[in-house]
Amino acid sequence: MSFTGVSESDVDRLYRVLKQEAEDGGYRFNPDSDFTKNLIRGILKNEQRYGYRACPCRLASGKSAEDLDIVCPCDYRDPDLSEYGACYCALYVSDAVAEGKQQPPPIPDRRPPRSERRKEAVVHTVATGPVMTLPLPVWRCRVCGYLCARNQPPDTCPICKVKKDRFERFI
Amino acid sequence: MATEHVDGTNRGNVVLYALSTCGWCGKTKELLRQMGVAFDFVYVDLLEGSEQDDAITQVEKFNPQGSFPTLVIDDRKVIVGFREQEIREALGS
Repeated sequence: MSFTGVSESDVDRLYRVLKQEAEDGGYRFNPDSDFTKNLIRGILKNEQRYGYRACPCRLASGKSAEDLDIVCPCDYRDPDLSEYGACYCALYVSDAVAEGKQQPPPIPDRRPPRSERRKEAVVHTVATGPVMTLPLPVWRCRVCGYLCARNQPPDTCPICKVKKDRFERFI
Repeated sequence: MATEHVDGTNRGNVVLYALSTCGWCGKTKELLRQMGVAFDFVYVDLLEGSEQDDAITQVEKFNPQGSFPTLVIDDRKVIVGFREQEIREALGS
């Protein structure tokens, strides 16, 4: 499938960047490069029509605040990698899948159905137990779980490269 | 709703709800083509406004998760995701 306005050179460029970022962070790209490039094409198409890189395998609403959880890499990638050896799209895969020892299975969507979804951007705090006195707040990356203690979350997650808006207050 | 028809052997009313950008949707469509089954498909992401809302509601009726691909055979049998074996068995080839 090709889309108007998404050139093959755009696809190749983003493919190389995301693959490198994935590998730098200890993640693996699906070795089937045709399949993977097709997903990258979908991400670029979504960026073009919605203004953000929504998951190509889920239906985006067009409202970024409602879809933060499915901006690629999505909030569900890491749990799906752990449980199934691939993300929902099979763009990111486990070592076993990357090395061809295992095939990515069909994965049931972890995202809550439309009726149960929060209509607004998540509140960036997590309920905690006892009140703790810390010199700095602790922020958690919702995508990869990276934690850091600083006044504000970083602009870009140093591990998985998602933006600041994917962080939540953890402690 | 604007569905597209693909000619082939009649195995009942086979409808594929898909997204134009989704890898597994593409694989499912390709499998149906390879099997030579007649089917209708719709790319829900390419629909707009109330037509898209209606399509989503219809998908949710068969698959409460509202995920893609959702394959519906004779309004009864529903296969969610690219499940090659199940699709082959359901469509008898």
